[in-house]
Amino acid sequence: MSMNSPLVAEKSAVNIIMLKVLAALLPAIGVYVYFFGPAILVSITLASVAALATEAAVLHLRRYPLRVYLLDGSALVTAWMLALSMPPLAPWWLVVVGTVFGILVAKHLYGGLGNNLFNPAMVGFAALMISFPAHMTHWPAPDVLAQSHWSFAQQMDFMFGGALPPGAKLDAITMATPLDTLKTQLHLDRTVSEIQSSAIFSTLSGKGTEIIALFYLLGGLFLWQQRIISWHIPLSFLGAMFATAGVLHLFDPSHYASPLFHLFAGGTMLGAFFIATDYVTSPTTLPGKLIFGAGIGVSAYVIRVFGGYPDGVAFAVLFLNSAVPLIDAYTQPRVFGHAGKWFKGGKE
Amino acid sequence: MSDVNYKEIIWNGLWKNNAGIVALLGLCPLLAVSTSVVNGVGLGIATVMVMAFSNAIVSLVRQWVPGEIRIPVYILIIAVLVTIIDLTMNAYMQALYLVLGIFVPLIVVNCNVLGRAEAFASKNPVFPSMVDGFMVGLGLTLTLAVLGGMREILGKGTLLSGIDLAFGESAKAWVITVIPGYHGFLLAVLPPGAFIGLGLLIAGKNWLDQRKAAKAALVQSPEAVIAAI
Repeated sequence: MSMNSPLVAEKSAVNIIMLKVLAALLPAIGVYVYFFGPAILVSITLASVAALATEAAVLHLRRYPLRVYLLDGSALVTAWMLALSMPPLAPWWLVVVGTVFGILVAKHLYGGLGNNLFNPAMVGFAALMISFPAHMTHWPAPDVLAQSHWSFAQQMDFMFGGALPPGAKLDAITMATPLDTLKTQLHLDRTVSEIQSSAIFSTLSGKGTEIIALFYLLGGLFLWQQRIISWHIPLSFLGAMFATAGVLHLFDPSHYASPLFHLFAGGTMLGAFFIATDYVTSPTTLPGKLIFGAGIGVSAYVIRVFGGYPDGVAFAVLFLNSAVPLIDAYTQPRVFGHAGKWFKGGKE
Repeated sequence: MSDVNYKEIIWNGLWKNNAGIVALLGLCPLLAVSTSVVNGVGLGIATVMVMAFSNAIVSLVRQWVPGEIRIPVYILIIAVLVTIIDLTMNAYMQALYLVLGIFVPLIVVNCNVLGRAEAFASKNPVFPSMVDGFMVGLGLTLTLAVLGGMREILGKGTLLSGIDLAFGESAKAWVITVIPGYHGFLLAVLPPGAFIGLGLLIAGKNWLDQRKAAKAALVQSPEAVIAAI
C-alpha cells in the first residue's frame, strides 16, 4: 500500500485494516496455543460470538444497516484484544460479560465506532478486573511448568461448568504471573535476582509469555510495515517504559527488574502495538501520539510496580484515552499564515 | 392563596423537575449512597424530613428575614433540622446511621434543600411550601431507591440487603435474593457503577418523555409526523 492522494481510488476500507490487524495476531495466537493449550481459541471464539451478537443487537436497536457495520471487523478486533488480555481458562460467562460490557457501554453508549472515548476492549477488561479480581488472576502455568496436565475436555468442563477434574486442584495448573511473583516476593525482602532464579522466569521475562510477547512485537512490526499503524505510539510507549524502568533499575537493581523484563512482561507488547494504536481512541497529531504513547509507558510502569494490580497497561491506556482530547487540542500544528503556536482555548 | 396548583407541585417534584435525574442537584450523596435500596431510601427519608420542615419554617419567617442575609438564615434553619434528624437517627437507627456516615450531616449543604427554600418557600405560603419540599425530597428518594435497587441487584444479586440495619435482626428475613449463587458484579456497587446507572436512568426518563411527546404529536397531527419521518 502506498500513501495515496485523495484522488486515487484504493481499497482501504475499515474492514481491510481490521482483517490485517487480526492476521497480525495469528502467529502470536499460535505460540499461545503451543505454550498454554487450545483453551485460548475457545475464549477467542466465545468473545467473537458475544461481540458480534451484541453489535448486531445494538445496531438493530439503533436502526443501522447490519451488514456494513458487522462486517467492518471492529467488534471482532475488540473481542480478540479482550480475550487475549484475559486468563485463557476464565469461565465462559466472564469472557461474555467483559465483551458485552465493552461493546455496549464503552462503544455504543458513546455513539458507536469512531465516537468512543475509551478503548472498548480495555473498558471490558477493567470492568472485569475490578469486579472479579479472583477470576482474573487464575493464570495457567505454561505446559512445561504445570504440576498436572488437563486434557482439552477437562479444560472445557472447567470453563463451561466450573468443574475441576476429580482430585485436581486449581493451584496445580495455575500460577502467579511473573509480574505478580516479582511484586509479592519483593515484599518478602528478596532481591530481584533471587526471585528471577525461579523456574517461571526465563531469559527475557516469563517462560512462555516472553515468546508470545515477541510474536506480538513481530505482528506489530508487520502492521507498521503495512502502514496500518505508525511507529509513534509503540515506540514512545516502549521507549518511555524502558527509560523509566532503566533509571530505577540502575538506581537499585536488587529492587527493580531490568527494563527488558518489563517490555516483555504482562500486556506491554500487546498494548503497545495493538491496543494503544487504536485509531479512534488515540491522538491524531504526530506529537500528540508521542505524548500519548510515552504517557501510557510511564503510567503502566508506575501502576504495575507501585500499584495494587498485577499489570497496569489496561488502566494506563484508559487513563491516557481520557487525555486524548486535551493532547489533540494542544498539539494542533500551526496553520501557515496564522500566528501562535499553542491552542488558545477556543478564543478567537 | 387559593390558586396554588398542588397537582403541578407534585408532578414537578416527582417527575418533571426530579431532583436526581432532571435537575441533577445533590449528586454527591446521590452517587455515594445509592449502593443499595436500604441505604438510598434511608438517606432519602432523612432528606424528605429536612426538606419538608425547612421549607415550612423558611416560609413562616419569609416576611421577617432581610433579603441580604437570607441565605445564612436559611442555612441555619436547615442546620438545626439536620442536627435533629442526625441525633434522632443516631439514637434510634444507629446501625443505618453508621453506614450512611458523613452523608447525614452533609444534608445541610445538599443544594436541593437550599434550592427549594430559596426558589419556592421564600415566595409561597407555608402549606404549599411544605408540600413542595416533601415532593422534591420524595422524588429524590425515588431516584435513590431505583438507582440503589439497580446497583444492588447487579452488584450483589439481592434486594433490601441491610434492612436489618433499620429494623433490627428480625428483619434479615426480608432480604430478597434475586439471583441465587450470584458472583456479584462489583463494578455496579463501586463509584463507576453509580455514574453509569444514573446515566441510564436519565436516558430512560428522556426516552419515556420523548415517546410520550411523539404519541401526543401523532394524535394531534398525524400528517406532520409522517412527513417528518
